[in-house]
Amino acid sequence: MATSVAAHVPAAAAARRSGIWSWITTTDHKRIGILYGVTAFMFFLLGGLEALIIRAQLASPNNTLVDADTYNQLFTMHGTTMIFLAVMPLSAAFFNYIIPLQIGARDVAFPRLNAFSYWVFLFGGLFINASFLFGAAPDGGWFGYANLTSKAYSPGLNIDFWVLGLQILGIASLAAGFNFVVTIINMRAPGMKLMRMPVFTWMALVTQFIVITAFPVITIALVFLMFDRFFGTNFYNVTAGGDLLLWQHLFWLFGHPEVYILILPTMGMVSEVLPTFSRKPLFGYAVVVYSGVLIAIMGWGVWSHHMFATGLGPIADSVFGATTMLIAIPTGVKIFNWIATMWGGRIQLKAPMLFAIGFIAMFIIGGLSGVMHSSPPSDLQQTDTYFVVAHIHYVLVGGAIMGIFAAIYYWWPKVFGRMLHDGMGKAHWGFMLLGMNLSFFPMHFIGLLGMPRRIYRYDTALGLDTLNLVASIGAFILGASFLIFIFNVFWTRKRGQLAGKNPWNAATLEWAISSPPPVYNFSVLPTVSSRLPLWTEHGVSEIPDVPPEPVHVPGGTIWPILTAAGILAIAGGAIMHTLWIVLAGALFMVFSIYRWAFEPFEV
Amino acid sequence: MTHAVAHDTSTGLDNRKMAFWLFIGSECLLFGSLIATYLVYEGRSISGPTTHEILNIPLTSISTFDLLMSSLAMVLALAAVARGDKLWSRVWLATTALLGSMFLGFQAYEFTHFVREGLTLQVNLFGSTFFVLTGFHGGHVFVGVMWLLTLLFRSFQGKLGPDKALNVEIAGLYWHFVDVVWIVIFTVVYLIQRQ
Repeated sequence: MATSVAAHVPAAAAARRSGIWSWITTTDHKRIGILYGVTAFMFFLLGGLEALIIRAQLASPNNTLVDADTYNQLFTMHGTTMIFLAVMPLSAAFFNYIIPLQIGARDVAFPRLNAFSYWVFLFGGLFINASFLFGAAPDGGWFGYANLTSKAYSPGLNIDFWVLGLQILGIASLAAGFNFVVTIINMRAPGMKLMRMPVFTWMALVTQFIVITAFPVITIALVFLMFDRFFGTNFYNVTAGGDLLLWQHLFWLFGHPEVYILILPTMGMVSEVLPTFSRKPLFGYAVVVYSGVLIAIMGWGVWSHHMFATGLGPIADSVFGATTMLIAIPTGVKIFNWIATMWGGRIQLKAPMLFAIGFIAMFIIGGLSGVMHSSPPSDLQQTDTYFVVAHIHYVLVGGAIMGIFAAIYYWWPKVFGRMLHDGMGKAHWGFMLLGMNLSFFPMHFIGLLGMPRRIYRYDTALGLDTLNLVASIGAFILGASFLIFIFNVFWTRKRGQLAGKNPWNAATLEWAISSPPPVYNFSVLPTVSSRLPLWTEHGVSEIPDVPPEPVHVPGGTIWPILTAAGILAIAGGAIMHTLWIVLAGALFMVFSIYRWAFEPFEV
Repeated sequence: MTHAVAHDTSTGLDNRKMAFWLFIGSECLLFGSLIATYLVYEGRSISGPTTHEILNIPLTSISTFDLLMSSLAMVLALAAVARGDKLWSRVWLATTALLGSMFLGFQAYEFTHFVREGLTLQVNLFGSTFFVLTGFHGGHVFVGVMWLLTLLFRSFQGKLGPDKALNVEIAGLYWHFVDVVWIVIFTVVYLIQRQ
């Protein structure tokens, strides 16, 4: 059956909705959100493990823990995993779970497409990591510069896994992008005007617009690379007149907007946490929203600052240097808004708030070193050194990951009905902050003193033994801090305090319903009359605990996961250079799409 | 069988239609990247046949006209479906699919002819960029023809009444988009050649 009706008795609905099969066929945005979160966290641990091996190798000079080949695979997969398989899908977990609740909807616009996105993401992640089983993990860096990736210089399967895996992941991102833009624009409850939407939902909307415009560009860059490797075309072939900068332009035309795909959702998350724990509304809501939009637009005009070292000439250098400095302005505006939100508030230093404050502080440091790169002469000194590594880790660990953990501690009670232990959360925060600063702050000096990145060993004559050891110790403290979180999760399952509807006394709509929310989210569709519905008298119409009439809930379906499996088979056949598997996979995919299109399914 | 559930959306625009417009926006960047690459590499081939030696403008003008006419047929198909005219919705859907297939036939002929003339994917930059760009477009036309045939099949099943006009409208959006992209490609690749 593809459709069902949730009964008045929740227990009856719950019984039908348990077991592995119900998870495989689910179209419930909340379940898909949890699937995204758990999967992405696993990949996050894997990427972290890769980082720890890298830091163990670099803990002492001329270390022999791993060889150069393995090291190349480790830093490539660390970057690829953290960006595409950890930070992006961790944000997607919150998009899935929280957005429909924040706008007062019962699900996303296309529940089956949503399931499809998840399965494609999972299969893409598994595919790209399966390369380890063949001892041929991608080794060309997460940026995959041509022509390091061409068949002549990388004849193995490594880059094949990378080029195919990233294309699969792109499909997942694009499908989710269309889905969430339509959901946010079209599925809002009555009265939920655009300028009443929570900032998290706003930033998600902006992010998805970047996704649907940036991902086609990298898709084409990857298609060119795939054709070069599989069919002998000349896109990145210098001897035929090809230009290696084509790859760099296409990649960074995607790559810089991608940076904002990673950070804007997090900016939305802390914009929810900070007002709640300052007990006052966000300062300058409209300006925060418009800054986010401006960042997204300006993010399209800065890509060549990743390419100053290629010698683009004085005009291009000046223009991209200037646009890069300009984009710091809306970012700075947001930071001042967050600080002004806390100013004069009754601040409650709970774990989510600590992570949000940590986000602001760390992101400022990362932002400052970022503005330093915007000046081409300065950038030329920093390019390819550990200074850049310090910068990206301050914005992505101190920024994105800190913000995501603020969101995890903040929304955990809504998702699972129990509060994560606050003391353990604070300990996690403390060790994470200590570990990341100990690890990444010395890298500023390591870089400026001349140590290049992506080199698997260094000589003691460089004089950087101590700083590198400190960075490695910091990395292990950072890694260990997540063990506290994992312990907290298991502890909370049994002993966590029950959350109730609104444990933080927050203002937005998701806190008006029970924790965890019922399968239909809202017993009646709410009518919203305020930007802060729960902080305003009559801000939202009454939402009874039991639906006054039966609520239609979309049922499960198997076709999204089978369509995704077809895509996986196509990639699998391609990596084996076996045409019939590719064709069989394509046929199976088309068959599944037809079954999907014609199965009875009501949203 | 399910019936279409009427959903009130915040904007009044149908969800699927909005999603499809977003998809088209995304496709613009896909083709934009392909066309930009073609332009960047134009005239930079080191060896082998290049544009003015091999491109046949009169022949491609005919296939371009053919594709343009298919868009007209598509418009008529949608109108026929919307007014519940079974016969003419089938006639125009079939015409659109046929004209699309003819375009693909022209392309197949062109490709094989070029390969015989020595222009392959591998021979030079022009071959790589030309075949990948026009091949990507041809792939889109192929998907469109399959889509149209599916609609035609549904019509013969009696499942393409006026209540399903939106399905045809969305297929039409796709078809017109693919047509417009071809007009750009025809102009950029065939009509404006760098000497």
